[in-house]
Amino acid sequence: MAFQWSSLSAVLLLTSVAMANEFEVSANVGFEGRYFFEQGAYAEQFSHMQSSVFAEAELYYDWNDGSDSLVFVPFYRLDNQDSQRTHADIRELSYVHVADNWELRLGIRKEFWGVTEFQHLVDVINQTDAVEDIDGEDKLGQPMINLSIVKDWGITDLYLLPGFRERSFAGKKGRLRGPLVVDTGSVSYESSAQQKHVDYALRWSHSLGDFDLGSYWFHGTNREPMLTVSSTSSTLTPYYQQMDQIGVDYQATLGSWLWKLEGLYRDTKLDDFFASQAGLEYTFVGFFDTFTDLGLLLEYAWDSRGQASESSTGANLQNDLFLGARIALNDAQSSELLLGLRADLEHNSQSLFIEANRRLADNYKIGLDIRLLQSSYQYDQVYYLNEDDHLQVSIERYF
Amino acid sequence: MLNKKSLAGLFSIALLTLSTNSSVMASTPEQQGLALSKQSKLVDTGWVDNRADMKMYLRNAHGQESLRELKIKTLELQDDGDKSLTTFKKPRDVKGTAFLSFSHAVDADDQWLYLPALKRVKRISSKNKSGPFMGSEFAFEDLSSFELEKYTYKYIGDELINGLDSYVIEQTPVDENSGYTRRVVWLDKQAYRTQKIDFYDRKNSLLKTLSYHGYQQYMGQFWRADKMNMVNHQNGKSTELLWKNYQFKTGLKDKDFNKNALKGAR
Repeated sequence: MAFQWSSLSAVLLLTSVAMANEFEVSANVGFEGRYFFEQGAYAEQFSHMQSSVFAEAELYYDWNDGSDSLVFVPFYRLDNQDSQRTHADIRELSYVHVADNWELRLGIRKEFWGVTEFQHLVDVINQTDAVEDIDGEDKLGQPMINLSIVKDWGITDLYLLPGFRERSFAGKKGRLRGPLVVDTGSVSYESSAQQKHVDYALRWSHSLGDFDLGSYWFHGTNREPMLTVSSTSSTLTPYYQQMDQIGVDYQATLGSWLWKLEGLYRDTKLDDFFASQAGLEYTFVGFFDTFTDLGLLLEYAWDSRGQASESSTGANLQNDLFLGARIALNDAQSSELLLGLRADLEHNSQSLFIEANRRLADNYKIGLDIRLLQSSYQYDQVYYLNEDDHLQVSIERYF
Repeated sequence: MLNKKSLAGLFSIALLTLSTNSSVMASTPEQQGLALSKQSKLVDTGWVDNRADMKMYLRNAHGQESLRELKIKTLELQDDGDKSLTTFKKPRDVKGTAFLSFSHAVDADDQWLYLPALKRVKRISSKNKSGPFMGSEFAFEDLSSFELEKYTYKYIGDELINGLDSYVIEQTPVDENSGYTRRVVWLDKQAYRTQKIDFYDRKNSLLKTLSYHGYQQYMGQFWRADKMNMVNHQNGKSTELLWKNYQFKTGLKDKDFNKNALKGAR
């Protein structure tokens, strides 16, 4: 009897500890298959099929009623064709302390800035994990110290970013690359501190009625490398410059209309330029007397560097128009489809993409993506991807 | 043991009841409907903030069931609609998604969505009042806070429901984006608790019925139903909400309802 009572009190004690602290584990694993309609344009590329499996987990622990927390998010992908796409990353490994009017966030983290849908122009803190996808939405974890201060006049974020992450690129056998492979083994930097350069950023953001405003200044290593042909002319070598960048992101939410603007000014040793992505989104709610929402999107990309030519590297999205349609069925499976079209208004270059996904049972999600890319302008980067039209299917299981 | 505070609370409710009862007797059905609805809002005023866990069972006509799990924090504002922060736990593919809403009586609500995969905060249009919430039979407007200015009113009569003598009031939405021409609400005379709501679609046909079960009283004053069941008469689907761990006056403040709180929501 005494023994039973003591074990009961132990259980009660454990329960009370569990209430004060929270530990959560979740994970997802998935399979992704890609089919490229054409043979690879370049010598060592695989022909049509690419399969990969991936896994991501999240371990979360908090205490002091959530004021202090730790999170760890490892990621791994195994690809059957491209050895560069087989990779692991720590997406997050950080400690967060939340106080009344400030938060301190330490460790490897991910931070997104921006409002537009077709290009994430001003999103600059994290390096792009370019082997994952060509839409620039997958990011590598960035080490940081981030102090976030909340005032009546907005949220101010200070970032100290020690340690630079190099961009990932498709390997020799991989698709969705140019004729020359990027040699990630011979990287050079403008800064003598190289990868150890400590970058910093200051951002202010605020919501004022129907308007959401953000602006920032970033000083440090440009996440976008210059790719130069190596001395042997057989590979491309990445060169990372230093840059100063001012960026803004604004959105006005007026009824069914969303008006969006992203803009930046970047200054490096070799050039300085302005760029913007601006547009709007209109949503028809309960389209055709159903529960379906139809969103129509229009965006325009502009870059002061102009188009690439024989004499200039220019910019890819310098005078490009984007049209899109987003369909959400609002059903129990959360079925969604996004259709996007890009057309360069200066030279012959277009792309079309479809992204569709839905839940299956309670813990699965299936996706279908189609990407068609076409350019007849030889200085355009899309020109190198003319044979890379593909279809992608994925299935993910969530735990 | 009754303390001074709860006595004062009881006294003020008694006063309010007296004042509305007198107006109920001396007015048109429209004024009576308004007075009764005002009363139901008044007796549920002063809870300051609350936290609760919600389970949502979606059932279709074939008996298939799927579960959503949410966590909700709400801050009561006296001169504006409430602020709320909703965190999704299930289905697992949307775990970590969070929804921040500043509701307003007449103006469009301000709403932000946090998408954890991209770490992105998105300001979204709040026009979608009539759309389903997470594929359920609840529309967004069914879950937003009740504000007097959102409807016009008409007292229809009295009826016995769930064994309780109740007022029946017709409420007509002011907002043209509402999915309803009207709702008919049953408020029990004992404590002005909503017992049932019938929703009529844009063609004025009966669309849904929401019934409330297992009312519990919190802080000696505020009544909350443990279970709410929404039945759609037109498609045969239903959604059951189960509420757990209701807590009031937990010390939530404005700063628990900003973009930082949205990004850190658990």
